[in-house]
Amino acid sequence: MLEQQFIAYNSFIHGLDPRIKLVQAFILSVILALCSSFPTLAAGIVGAMIFYFLSRLPMQKLLSRLLVINTFIFFLWAVLPFSYPGETVFSLGPLSASREGLYLAMQITLKANAIMIIFIALVSTIPVPTIGYALQQLGLPEKLTYLLIFSFRYIFLLEEEKNRLLRSLKVRGFRPRTNLHTYKSYACLLGLILVRSWDRAEQVHKAMLCRGFQGKFYSLYKFSMTKNDFFFFLISSIGALLLLMLEFVL
Amino acid sequence: MKLISLKNISFAYPGGRTLLEELNFDLNSGEQVGIIGPNGSGKTTLVHIIMGLIKPLSGQIEIFGQEINGEKDFQKIRPRIGFVFQNADDQLIYPTVLEDVAFGPLNLGYSPDKAKELARATLARLGLSAFEQRLTHHLSGGEKKLVSIATVLVMQPEALIFDEPTTALDEQTREKLIQIIGELDIARIIISHDYDFLAQTTKKQYLMNKGRLVFDPSVVMHKHVHVHPLGHVPHKHEE
Ligand SMILES: Nc1ncnc2c1ncn2[C@@H]1O[C@H](COP(=O)(O)OP(=O)(O)OP(=O)(O)O)[C@@H](O)[C@H]1O
Ligand SMILES: [Mg+2]
Repeated sequence: MLEQQFIAYNSFIHGLDPRIKLVQAFILSVILALCSSFPTLAAGIVGAMIFYFLSRLPMQKLLSRLLVINTFIFFLWAVLPFSYPGETVFSLGPLSASREGLYLAMQITLKANAIMIIFIALVSTIPVPTIGYALQQLGLPEKLTYLLIFSFRYIFLLEEEKNRLLRSLKVRGFRPRTNLHTYKSYACLLGLILVRSWDRAEQVHKAMLCRGFQGKFYSLYKFSMTKNDFFFFLISSIGALLLLMLEFVL
Repeated sequence: MKLISLKNISFAYPGGRTLLEELNFDLNSGEQVGIIGPNGSGKTTLVHIIMGLIKPLSGQIEIFGQEINGEKDFQKIRPRIGFVFQNADDQLIYPTVLEDVAFGPLNLGYSPDKAKELARATLARLGLSAFEQRLTHHLSGGEKKLVSIATVLVMQPEALIFDEPTTALDEQTREKLIQIIGELDIARIIISHDYDFLAQTTKKQYLMNKGRLVFDPSVVMHKHVHVHPLGHVPHKHEE
């Protein structure tokens, strides 16, 4: 997230209006979250992969992202089938796996991966500040928008601050162990980071006042929609409708 | 004309010692003033008082010939005095450089297009055009400093205040800064511990001493760049 490694590419998807991408990512993930039939979810995965290929991001990076989320899902597979009541499919010693539990785990796996791929293709291809402005134009309150934008600016400084403090602990011979001294040091570190960010916030506010800030933010960017955006919106809305039909009509 | 005039300013932080005591100071138009003094002597505090970021315990402040009372007055004069903070990270608030430089003009009521144009022109003037779309946190310390100066110059101020502009600058960036400041033909106050820098960028130097500003020509004894060791320490060459 912090490195924004997906924005530095060029593709059809990268060139789209960020508002359209956000709206579609939202619609599609709500639909996928509501659906439960396997044909729908499978179609969801296929659709997500189409977005993904249109965004021309490297496969290896996608897989490494998916690996993270699927590690969590792995634990679901280890627990759900054995704890969910239903018809027994097979048994491991005293534990018996239920068909319903297996279905549920499978559903969650498909949903999570489809939504993840859609977000990687549509949302992670927008720079974070732009996400902020796009959300603002979609009706997000101004204060929340700028909270997002400033967080993105200053989170790096906090990380730097943390690294600097950790380094200063290390050069003085600090090695983390499981003892009271370690916990105390970490507590101090956290406290210091907190105090310094408070100080920083105060300084930043002063600097903003000096530059004529009077409580109102103005955005430099306007978005404009092109034929491509319209086309994309139409096609992916039809896709969304098809998913709904697969789920509820057929 | 007096741009800035401080009369009998006193200040102490809550629970702290008296930092400024009955301090008087004038900055006339076109004047270029340096302030030097030990760490913790209250230099930063003083310029924050001028900008209305800290309220003095007593004393009067007149800026551009008008008495300043309260936040409303300060809001009017702040854009006309460019203030470059000691720490550039405090000044750069947006993730990208262009947006940051455009922040001031937008606050002044310029349209987004006009603000962008002004920002671009200022960046170009400082030789920073290549940074426009860069992410602020990817800039080096020196680059951040130059961008923070751009964020101030873009507002076309009538006076400038720099708080220790040379800290953490390498020799080359320092030279560039001297050149940039030299090309600006407006009144300025520069706080620095760097005698040579002050000698090259200001005409008159004050010493911050016991809560007051003292004008003492012997403070900066001579104004040439030293080539011998410890040349930056004030000293006399024997006649
Ligand atoms: N917010 C604060 N609350 C309490 N005391 C403060 C605060 N800010 C500064 N001080 C104290 O006030 C004194 C003057 O600080 P100031 O930053 O004005 O010094 P300075 O002359 O700019 O020093 P330097 O050369 O180190 O930048 C210092 O002793 C400092 O510890
Ligand atoms: Mg200071």
